[in-house]
Amino acid sequence: MAAEEVLRAEHVLEFPYKRSVGPILGRFFTELRDNQRIVGIRTKRGQVIVPPAEVDPETLEDLSADAIVPVANAGVVKSWTWLSDPRPYSAYKKPHAWALIQLDGADTSLLHAVVVESEAKMTTGMRVKAVWKDERQGHITDIAHFAPEAAK
Amino acid sequence: MRDIAIIAFAQSANKRNEQIYNEAEILAPVAREALQKAGLKKEEIDFTCSGSSDYLAGQPFSFVIALNAIGAWPPIQESHVEADAAWALYECWIAMQADESINTSLVYGFGKQSMGSPRDVMNILNDPYVETPLWCDTISMAALQGRALIDAGLATERDFAAVAARNLKHAKSNPKAQCKGDFTVDELLRSPTLASPLRKHDCPPITDGACVVILAAGDTAKKLCKRPAWIRGIDHRIDVQAIGRRDLTRAPSAQIAAEKAGVGAGKVDIAELHALFTPQDIILRKELGLASDCVINPSGGVHQGNPMMGTGLVRFGEVADRIIRGEANRGVAHATQGPCLQQNMVAVLEGK
Amino acid sequence: MSEAQSTEKKPVTYINTPVAVKYDYTAGKATSDFMRAVAQGKILGNRCPQCNRVYVPNFLVCVQCAVPMGEPFEVPDSGIVLTFCIVNIKFYDQVLEVPYVSAYVLLDGTDLPLMHLVQECNVNDVRMGMRVKAVWKEELSPSLESIRYFKPTGEPDAALETFKEYL
Repeated sequence: MAAEEVLRAEHVLEFPYKRSVGPILGRFFTELRDNQRIVGIRTKRGQVIVPPAEVDPETLEDLSADAIVPVANAGVVKSWTWLSDPRPYSAYKKPHAWALIQLDGADTSLLHAVVVESEAKMTTGMRVKAVWKDERQGHITDIAHFAPEAAK
Repeated sequence: MRDIAIIAFAQSANKRNEQIYNEAEILAPVAREALQKAGLKKEEIDFTCSGSSDYLAGQPFSFVIALNAIGAWPPIQESHVEADAAWALYECWIAMQADESINTSLVYGFGKQSMGSPRDVMNILNDPYVETPLWCDTISMAALQGRALIDAGLATERDFAAVAARNLKHAKSNPKAQCKGDFTVDELLRSPTLASPLRKHDCPPITDGACVVILAAGDTAKKLCKRPAWIRGIDHRIDVQAIGRRDLTRAPSAQIAAEKAGVGAGKVDIAELHALFTPQDIILRKELGLASDCVINPSGGVHQGNPMMGTGLVRFGEVADRIIRGEANRGVAHATQGPCLQQNMVAVLEGK
Repeated sequence: MSEAQSTEKKPVTYINTPVAVKYDYTAGKATSDFMRAVAQGKILGNRCPQCNRVYVPNFLVCVQCAVPMGEPFEVPDSGIVLTFCIVNIKFYDQVLEVPYVSAYVLLDGTDLPLMHLVQECNVNDVRMGMRVKAVWKEELSPSLESIRYFKPTGEPDAALETFKEYL
């Protein structure tokens, strides 16, 4: 049997998931949408986790919405990669960076895209700031991407 | 605790694109070969467990179809993990420890990655609220880990390429290998990056394939196999999922699993690491405490073939095969899941 | 205006995270052979060399014996209604008018029933053991939809004893 005799067809597996977010992530998304503000959550150990988590995995401490704290919209690139061939399902159609960004006031890093002209503009330790979408819906993509922070 | 050993292993040839056969059809001859090697009839298997992913297969409950391949009628005692089949082996091991009437187990894993785009599909396994909607692919995630190693001064791009060169060289003696050959680090480094600092050689190939391992307990193992590969220690641990909350230069769960499995209790002749990307090889060697005289990935590791959802189980099979053949006395098998070495399983296999 | 503002202030309680991924789906060898034959107006089965059962569609491996099945051959497109149900609810995406009959049809000389429709008779007249025959479409394609449905032949019903073992 030749390979071309095997029947094949394009098939799209689609799940239109709608997810409840709960009070903690709900607040995170609400702040993105309404106030263009990024929030994290402070554990009893004093660590600020961004995006906020419901539980401190090290102590199993339940974290409540009262422990939510704002962090800055800007921070430091802790690690990054330059994706020269953007992926089909992502919103980014041109080469860009993915980065782990530690926002000022946070102890963990947020995964997001950094948009710059070329890989040469990327360095570990560079400062970046959030660029917001005009139409926000309460979603991680309300942050369009991060961009280099203008020199102060 | 009962003594439990791997007594047989079989795998399909790793192929970039299996054009003709579907998953169940790839699996069927592999299962027959494993049973034949073990000297068992299918009726003599007490427990069966498989590992696969519906997202890779592109259809819900895809594992049910694979059951056709192993002759699941009249009804057999059977289970499935939506994970790499190394975790199915762990379930079999637990079942055999818990129930002394289970003396033999058949474990299988399969995946046909060529039907989809695994580097994108696996993004669905990330955090569904704040990560998946971004569609950051697995190669990019692994690249963030690679960069973290470089920035910390723990490795260079040359070190990554050296891992690939070593694996592809070892693969030359593996008849099932999809990728193999002699490459110099310099020549590998001439290729462009896919997601900097990672190049094609730092990533696993896309593979269609299936694998089967047969376990037996105590006297049954001794009766069926001259030199069974005894599982002397096995453990698996998990780190927090979000990669932004981890030190990516480390894999604490791998270190604890290695300690609990007893890796350090004796000389390790060979180790098969489920390091999907070359930086992970460097991290794992350290976390598992493998000495420089330990042969890493004698099969060529993941770089010779990556039949996803079976890849971790193949690591067990490759170590066991060498022990069964008398080429090694003590080996370590490692399997992983999740982004950037999130979850790790380590086992120590011995010929005595 | 004020209403729009108040919805704006509602906290976010859920997010939409649709997932849609593309596959190049392959049917595998046995199903491809079967569907190609259907496109020529033939139904294929094959026999297990160990247990002697004939499967429709043809399989690569016997699900009972786990041994390779024999070469596929054409089986008759007539048989009996092994069991059936009358569907009275129009479910999502259903194109058929209710009520209709969905049946397991055991083709003559085979041991595994095929699921299909039974039409050209009152749904209340369908019975276990009733003789039926395939009604093919004019335009054939590699799909079971090439068979429009099975229709009663009017021959005498099969006796329960002759198909009891398949129930």
